[in-house]
Amino acid sequence: MMTASILFFIAIGAVSLASALGVVISRIPIHSALFLLVNFVSMAVLFITLDAQFLAAAQVIIYAGGIVILMLFVIMLIGSDEIRENAGHRVWTPYVGILLGVILLASMTFALVEAGPPPATSAVVQGGVPEAVGMTLLTRYILPFEMAGVLLLVALIGALLLARPPKQKTEN
Amino acid sequence: MVPTSFYLILAGLLFIIGTIGVLTRRSALIILMCVELMLASVNLTLVAFSRQWDNLTGQVFVFMILAVAAAEVAVGLAIIITHSRQNNTTNVDEVNLLKW
Repeated sequence: MMTASILFFIAIGAVSLASALGVVISRIPIHSALFLLVNFVSMAVLFITLDAQFLAAAQVIIYAGGIVILMLFVIMLIGSDEIRENAGHRVWTPYVGILLGVILLASMTFALVEAGPPPATSAVVQGGVPEAVGMTLLTRYILPFEMAGVLLLVALIGALLLARPPKQKTEN
Repeated sequence: MVPTSFYLILAGLLFIIGTIGVLTRRSALIILMCVELMLASVNLTLVAFSRQWDNLTGQVFVFMILAVAAAEVAVGLAIIITHSRQNNTTNVDEVNLLKW
Protein backbone atom coordinates (compact mmCIF):
# COMPACT_ATOMS: atom_id res chain seq x y z
CA MET A 1 0.00 0.00 0.00
CA MET A 2 2.76 2.44 -1.01
CA THR A 3 0.65 5.27 -2.28
CA ALA A 4 2.14 8.48 -3.61
CA SER A 5 1.39 10.39 -0.40
CA ILE A 6 3.29 7.86 1.72
CA LEU A 7 6.26 7.96 -0.64
CA PHE A 8 6.21 11.76 -0.45
CA PHE A 9 6.05 11.60 3.34
CA ILE A 10 9.03 9.24 3.46
CA ALA A 11 11.07 11.51 1.18
CA ILE A 12 10.33 14.64 3.21
CA GLY A 13 10.83 12.76 6.46
CA ALA A 14 14.24 11.59 5.26
CA VAL A 15 15.22 15.17 4.42
CA SER A 16 14.00 16.25 7.85
CA LEU A 17 15.94 13.56 9.70
CA ALA A 18 19.10 14.10 7.67
CA SER A 19 19.06 17.85 8.29
CA ALA A 20 18.42 17.28 12.01
CA LEU A 21 21.45 14.99 12.13
CA GLY A 22 23.38 17.69 10.29
CA VAL A 23 22.51 20.23 12.99
CA VAL A 24 23.89 17.92 15.68
CA ILE A 25 26.94 16.57 13.85
CA SER A 26 28.17 19.63 11.95
CA ARG A 27 31.34 21.20 13.37
CA ILE A 28 30.78 24.69 11.98
CA PRO A 29 27.96 26.72 13.61
CA ILE A 30 26.95 28.35 10.30
CA HIS A 31 26.40 24.91 8.76
CA SER A 32 24.31 23.90 11.75
CA ALA A 33 22.11 26.97 11.31
CA LEU A 34 21.64 26.24 7.60
CA PHE A 35 20.76 22.61 8.33
CA LEU A 36 18.24 23.93 10.86
CA LEU A 37 16.73 26.05 8.08
CA VAL A 38 16.34 22.97 5.86
CA ASN A 39 14.74 21.12 8.75
CA PHE A 40 12.21 23.90 9.39
CA VAL A 41 11.25 24.10 5.71
CA SER A 42 10.75 20.34 5.52
CA MET A 43 8.63 20.63 8.67
CA ALA A 44 6.48 23.26 6.92
CA VAL A 45 5.96 20.84 4.01
CA LEU A 46 4.85 18.18 6.49
CA PHE A 47 2.39 20.69 7.98
CA ILE A 48 0.87 21.18 4.51
CA THR A 49 0.42 17.42 4.15
CA LEU A 50 -1.42 17.57 7.51
CA ASP A 51 -3.89 20.22 6.24
CA ALA A 52 -2.32 22.95 8.40
CA GLN A 53 -1.68 25.58 5.75
CA PHE A 54 -1.70 28.54 8.14
CA LEU A 55 0.89 26.93 10.40
CA ALA A 56 3.07 26.00 7.43
CA ALA A 57 3.20 29.67 6.42
CA ALA A 58 3.78 30.75 10.03
CA GLN A 59 6.54 28.15 10.38
CA VAL A 60 8.39 29.49 7.35
CA ILE A 61 7.92 33.13 8.35
CA ILE A 62 8.76 32.83 12.06
CA TYR A 63 11.27 29.97 12.17
CA ALA A 64 12.98 30.18 8.80
CA GLY A 65 12.62 33.92 8.35
CA GLY A 66 13.10 35.08 11.92
CA ILE A 67 14.79 32.62 14.23
CA VAL A 68 17.40 31.19 11.86
CA ILE A 69 18.31 34.64 10.55
CA LEU A 70 18.71 35.87 14.13
CA MET A 71 21.00 32.92 14.88
CA LEU A 72 23.07 33.58 11.77
CA PHE A 73 23.45 37.23 12.82
CA VAL A 74 24.66 36.20 16.27
CA ILE A 75 27.07 33.60 14.86
CA MET A 76 28.58 36.23 12.61
CA LEU A 77 28.64 38.77 15.46
CA ILE A 78 30.49 36.69 18.05
CA GLY A 79 32.60 34.75 15.60
CA SER A 80 32.06 31.18 14.50
CA ASP A 81 35.31 29.75 15.82
CA GLU A 82 35.06 26.05 16.36
CA ILE A 83 34.60 25.08 19.98
CA ARG A 84 36.80 22.30 21.20
CA GLU A 85 34.39 19.57 22.23
CA ASN A 86 35.12 17.29 25.20
CA ALA A 87 36.41 19.78 27.74
CA GLY A 88 38.90 17.38 29.31
CA HIS A 89 37.14 16.78 32.58
CA ARG A 90 34.04 15.45 30.86
CA VAL A 91 35.20 13.12 28.10
CA TRP A 92 32.33 10.78 28.86
CA THR A 93 29.65 13.34 27.90
CA PRO A 94 28.99 12.12 24.32
CA TYR A 95 28.61 8.50 25.37
CA VAL A 96 26.20 9.35 28.16
CA GLY A 97 24.24 11.63 25.80
CA ILE A 98 23.88 8.95 23.15
CA LEU A 99 23.01 6.35 25.80
CA LEU A 100 20.26 8.58 27.20
CA GLY A 101 18.97 9.16 23.67
CA VAL A 102 18.78 5.42 23.05
CA ILE A 103 16.95 4.94 26.35
CA LEU A 104 14.47 7.65 25.33
CA LEU A 105 14.00 5.97 21.93
CA ALA A 106 13.39 2.60 23.60
CA SER A 107 10.81 4.01 26.02
CA MET A 108 8.98 5.86 23.21
CA THR A 109 8.93 2.70 21.06
CA PHE A 110 7.59 0.74 24.01
CA ALA A 111 4.83 3.31 24.62
CA LEU A 112 3.89 3.34 20.93
CA VAL A 113 3.78 -0.46 20.66
CA GLU A 114 1.85 -0.71 23.91
CA ALA A 115 -0.77 1.81 22.81
CA GLY A 116 -1.53 -0.02 19.57
CA PRO A 117 -2.79 1.59 16.39
CA PRO A 118 -4.94 4.73 16.81
CA PRO A 119 -8.58 4.66 15.69
CA ALA A 120 -9.36 5.60 12.12
CA THR A 121 -8.88 9.24 11.23
CA SER A 122 -12.09 11.18 11.03
CA ALA A 123 -12.80 13.22 7.93
CA VAL A 124 -11.35 16.72 8.15
CA VAL A 125 -14.14 19.24 7.73
CA GLN A 126 -12.29 22.52 8.07
CA GLY A 127 -8.56 21.80 8.19
CA GLY A 128 -6.08 24.49 9.10
CA VAL A 129 -6.88 27.21 6.61
CA PRO A 130 -6.20 30.72 7.99
CA GLU A 131 -9.92 31.51 8.35
CA ALA A 132 -10.58 28.54 10.61
CA VAL A 133 -7.43 28.97 12.74
CA GLY A 134 -7.98 32.71 13.03
CA MET A 135 -11.58 32.23 14.08
CA THR A 136 -10.56 29.78 16.79
CA LEU A 137 -7.63 31.92 17.89
CA LEU A 138 -9.58 35.17 18.14
CA THR A 139 -12.74 33.84 19.76
CA ARG A 140 -12.17 30.87 22.02
CA TYR A 141 -8.45 31.44 22.68
CA ILE A 142 -8.37 35.23 22.75
CA LEU A 143 -6.79 35.44 26.23
CA PRO A 144 -3.78 33.19 25.42
CA PHE A 145 -3.43 35.10 22.17
CA GLU A 146 -3.17 38.42 24.00
CA MET A 147 -0.77 36.91 26.52
CA ALA A 148 1.45 35.72 23.68
CA GLY A 149 1.62 39.33 22.55
CA VAL A 150 2.63 40.47 26.04
CA LEU A 151 5.22 37.66 26.20
CA LEU A 152 6.76 38.79 22.92
CA LEU A 153 6.89 42.39 24.14
CA VAL A 154 8.60 41.37 27.38
CA ALA A 155 11.06 39.19 25.47
CA LEU A 156 11.83 42.06 23.11
CA ILE A 157 12.55 44.49 25.95
CA GLY A 158 14.50 41.85 27.88
CA ALA A 159 16.66 41.00 24.88
CA LEU A 160 17.34 44.68 24.25
CA LEU A 161 18.36 45.24 27.87
CA LEU A 162 20.55 42.13 27.99
CA ALA A 163 22.38 42.68 24.74
CA ARG A 164 23.00 46.39 25.35
CA PRO A 165 26.71 47.23 25.22
CA PRO A 166 28.31 47.87 28.63
CA LYS A 167 28.01 51.45 29.79
CA GLN A 168 31.63 52.33 30.54
CA LYS A 169 32.60 51.39 27.01
CA THR A 170 30.14 53.80 25.45
CA GLU A 171 31.27 56.68 27.64
CA ASN A 172 34.92 56.37 26.62
CA MET B 1 -3.63 9.53 3.58
CA VAL B 2 -0.47 9.05 5.65
CA PRO B 3 -1.30 7.44 9.02
CA THR B 4 -0.85 9.57 12.12
CA SER B 5 1.57 7.05 13.61
CA PHE B 6 4.09 7.78 10.84
CA TYR B 7 4.16 11.43 11.88
CA LEU B 8 4.53 10.43 15.52
CA ILE B 9 7.50 8.17 14.75
CA LEU B 10 9.19 10.91 12.72
CA ALA B 11 8.55 13.47 15.47
CA GLY B 12 9.92 11.07 18.08
CA LEU B 13 13.10 10.51 16.09
CA LEU B 14 13.58 14.26 15.59
CA PHE B 15 13.04 14.85 19.30
CA ILE B 16 15.65 12.22 20.18
CA ILE B 17 18.16 13.73 17.75
CA GLY B 18 17.57 17.11 19.38
CA THR B 19 17.99 15.62 22.85
CA ILE B 20 21.27 13.96 21.91
CA GLY B 21 22.44 17.28 20.47
CA VAL B 22 21.62 19.15 23.68
CA LEU B 23 23.41 16.51 25.76
CA THR B 24 26.55 16.13 23.65
CA ARG B 25 27.36 19.51 22.07
CA ARG B 26 29.18 22.13 24.11
CA SER B 27 28.48 25.28 22.13
CA ALA B 28 25.63 27.32 23.59
CA LEU B 29 24.47 28.29 20.09
CA ILE B 30 24.22 24.68 18.92
CA ILE B 31 22.38 23.76 22.12
CA LEU B 32 19.85 26.52 21.42
CA MET B 33 19.40 25.18 17.88
CA CYS B 34 18.83 21.67 19.20
CA VAL B 35 16.20 22.99 21.62
CA GLU B 36 14.46 24.59 18.64
CA LEU B 37 14.63 21.21 16.89
CA MET B 38 12.90 19.57 19.84
CA LEU B 39 10.19 22.26 19.93
CA ALA B 40 9.57 21.81 16.19
CA SER B 41 9.21 18.06 16.56
CA VAL B 42 6.65 18.57 19.31
CA ASN B 43 4.80 20.93 16.95
CA LEU B 44 4.65 18.12 14.40
CA THR B 45 3.08 15.83 16.99
CA LEU B 46 0.45 18.41 17.92
CA VAL B 47 -0.49 19.09 14.30
CA ALA B 48 -0.71 15.35 13.56
CA PHE B 49 -3.10 14.84 16.48
CA SER B 50 -5.02 17.95 15.46
CA ARG B 51 -5.79 16.21 12.15
CA GLN B 52 -6.40 12.89 13.84
CA TRP B 53 -9.19 14.27 16.03
CA ASP B 54 -10.28 17.02 13.63
CA ASN B 55 -9.79 19.62 16.33
CA LEU B 56 -8.11 22.97 15.82
CA THR B 57 -6.97 23.35 19.44
CA GLY B 58 -3.74 21.54 18.60
CA GLN B 59 -2.94 24.09 15.92
CA VAL B 60 -3.64 26.98 18.30
CA PHE B 61 -1.23 25.31 20.73
CA VAL B 62 1.41 25.16 18.00
CA PHE B 63 0.87 28.87 17.37
CA MET B 64 1.60 29.58 21.04
CA ILE B 65 4.72 27.39 20.87
CA LEU B 66 5.90 29.43 17.88
CA ALA B 67 5.54 32.63 19.93
CA VAL B 68 7.35 31.11 22.91
CA ALA B 69 10.14 29.78 20.67
CA ALA B 70 10.67 33.21 19.15
CA ALA B 71 10.82 34.82 22.62
CA GLU B 72 13.14 32.10 23.87
CA VAL B 73 15.56 32.55 20.99
CA ALA B 74 15.62 36.33 21.38
CA VAL B 75 16.40 36.19 25.11
CA GLY B 76 18.73 33.21 24.78
CA LEU B 77 20.80 34.82 22.06
CA ALA B 78 20.97 38.03 24.08
CA ILE B 79 22.33 36.06 27.03
CA ILE B 80 24.86 34.32 24.78
CA ILE B 81 26.01 37.66 23.33
CA THR B 82 26.39 39.19 26.80
CA HIS B 83 28.34 36.22 28.09
CA SER B 84 30.60 35.97 25.05
CA ARG B 85 31.27 39.70 25.35
CA GLN B 86 32.51 39.24 28.91
CA ASN B 87 34.24 35.87 28.73
CA ASN B 88 34.93 35.54 25.02
CA THR B 89 33.49 32.04 24.80
CA THR B 90 30.22 30.26 24.08
CA ASN B 91 31.34 26.97 25.55
CA VAL B 92 28.83 25.94 28.21
CA ASP B 93 31.55 24.13 30.16
CA GLU B 94 33.14 27.48 30.88
CA VAL B 95 29.91 29.07 32.08
CA ASN B 96 30.38 28.39 35.78
CA LEU B 97 29.83 31.71 37.58
CA LEU B 98 27.17 30.19 39.83
CA LYS B 99 29.29 27.16 40.70
CA TRP B 100 30.98 27.09 44.11
